[in-house]
Amino acid sequence: MSRITYAKAVANALAEEMRRDKNVILMGLDIGPYGGAFGATKGLYEEFGGERVLDMPISEAGYVGAAVGAAATGMRPVVELQFSDWVTIATDQICNQAANMHYMFGGIVKVPMVVRLPEGAYLQAAAQHSHMWESWFAFVPGLKVVIPSTPRDLKGLLKSSIRDDNPVLFFEHKKLYDEIGEVPDDPDFLIPIGKADIKRTGKDITIVTYSYMVKKALEAAEILEKEGIDVEVVDLRTIKPMDIDTIIASVKKTGKVLCFQETWLTCSVMSEVAAVIAEHAAEYLDTPIRRLGAKEAPIPFSPELENYVLPQVEDVVKTVKEMLK
Amino acid sequence: MDKSLKIKMYRDMVRIRLFEDKVNELVRKGELYGFYHLCTGQEAVAVGVCSALNKDDYITSTHRGHGHVIAKGLELKRMVAELMGKVEGYNKAKGGSMHLASPEYGILGANGIVGAGIPIATGAALSSKLLKNNRVAVSFFGDGASNQGTFHEAINLASAFNLPCIYVCENNLYGVGTKQSKVRKIENIADRAAAYGIPGVVVDGNDVEAVYSCAKEAVERARRGEGPTLIECKTYRWGAHHNAENDTYRPPEEVEAWKKKCPIKRFAQVLLNEGILDTKGLNDIEAEAKRELEEAVEYARKCSSPSLESALEDVYSN
Repeated sequence: MSRITYAKAVANALAEEMRRDKNVILMGLDIGPYGGAFGATKGLYEEFGGERVLDMPISEAGYVGAAVGAAATGMRPVVELQFSDWVTIATDQICNQAANMHYMFGGIVKVPMVVRLPEGAYLQAAAQHSHMWESWFAFVPGLKVVIPSTPRDLKGLLKSSIRDDNPVLFFEHKKLYDEIGEVPDDPDFLIPIGKADIKRTGKDITIVTYSYMVKKALEAAEILEKEGIDVEVVDLRTIKPMDIDTIIASVKKTGKVLCFQETWLTCSVMSEVAAVIAEHAAEYLDTPIRRLGAKEAPIPFSPELENYVLPQVEDVVKTVKEMLK
Repeated sequence: MDKSLKIKMYRDMVRIRLFEDKVNELVRKGELYGFYHLCTGQEAVAVGVCSALNKDDYITSTHRGHGHVIAKGLELKRMVAELMGKVEGYNKAKGGSMHLASPEYGILGANGIVGAGIPIATGAALSSKLLKNNRVAVSFFGDGASNQGTFHEAINLASAFNLPCIYVCENNLYGVGTKQSKVRKIENIADRAAAYGIPGVVVDGNDVEAVYSCAKEAVERARRGEGPTLIECKTYRWGAHHNAENDTYRPPEEVEAWKKKCPIKRFAQVLLNEGILDTKGLNDIEAEAKRELEEAVEYARKCSSPSLESALEDVYSN
């Protein structure tokens, strides 16, 4: 066991997988000697050299496309998009190419590629460095979408993602890079893709959430505990394929569910969670499903405006109390 | 260039020409579904380039890809089966004309997104370089695609990393219904190579020997580790953008002038002049190709439709 940061968990996972399989290569901006914009690839260039840790020119469509081609011909590339917001530049290669290829070629070509994407707000980084795009990609058959909230989950899931033979979009939250957590050292420690995790058991209400909001949900749960409300926090960990069984089991237990995310609600991950609960567990609900997320605006720069648009711990507490009235 | 190679190149151009004509015929008969972007008139580019490649070299192709994949080695039987939506087709009926693929022949897919195959071929070249397996990759694309951002990004990457990728632009003067000279200032796309510090060559795309020589040199450069080349083949498509299109945007005199430069007729004349084949030899090749194609169509007609459940298979690789 080690106590390491979320960012170090990235580096450790990558190093272990690169030692295990020489076809794992890294591609991205500033990931080599610079160590990555968030330090997530620190030390990897020194260990594996420039043939396996490849600094790219600023051309997301080009290098994500090259990763697709490399993945289709024997390599296992892990591509870093420096900010998840810029994945839009490479969306054709991800959605029209990588997501489709195994299927439309009749199963004879596979694309074992991971795209790592630092995302999220609460940093005063404004509208082109703060957004969260996972709901777009969760929509697409052929892609997998993974979003860990702790260093331990990150390490186990990143390793599983690299070993997966499909294109995986692996979203990391920028606010979590400095979070420290206990992480197993075993190089075969894996967490399966598609399994949610109960981060806190409780009996009064379920909060389904993911990424940085897991932390906020747990803080809200501490506050609510003092008022006698016992919150269960379900961390999705994987958005696609989603662990519906764990969500439904929790809803059956508590009868109340708050679907909580950082970003906008329209056609979002939590819209999907709410629909799934309504379809599979409506008879267990004591109160209507609620969703909580960002207000409908691009993320503004100033801290006051940003915090107003984004959900805060107080919003979670307030909503839970409303639901329990 | 040896005699048997010349004969093979002639044969492959004839096979492609007949295949495309057959596609038109089968569409008219209602035996084929969907849209076909036929390469009639452009056969020499596919054959000239692919003749310089090994079976395990990679290519990415375009929506107008039948010629590329035939020249690279795909069997007509399984191509027709795919176009007829049969499960024995190359893509198990999941891809159709625009997505024909076969890793056995290094074909990383025909592609319906203009310019998308260019970075993919570049990635295959990256694999080759890292795996040190001496393979090269060819990206086929049109003049329209050379304006796509991916063209610039991929070639910049390949030139910076010295990748064994050959970029082959089939300049047929039009992108769907737009005369490309209206949307691109420079006349020769090969001039863009200078921007990346790589060689750029213009070649008569209807002269299969010229295309072959040019491609061979580029392939050898790439295998020696000297990096990418941009080859621009000047050519012309005889048909409309796709089979259901009404081509009113090209002057009939222009179409006729290019038909006179038919790559197959020209090379037939070369073979006759060089005493490699006589008229009977040429006719035998055509008859043999017709037979092969008829057999392919008969085979495909007898193939099986996919089960409905198969529509949900292979979404993910296990």
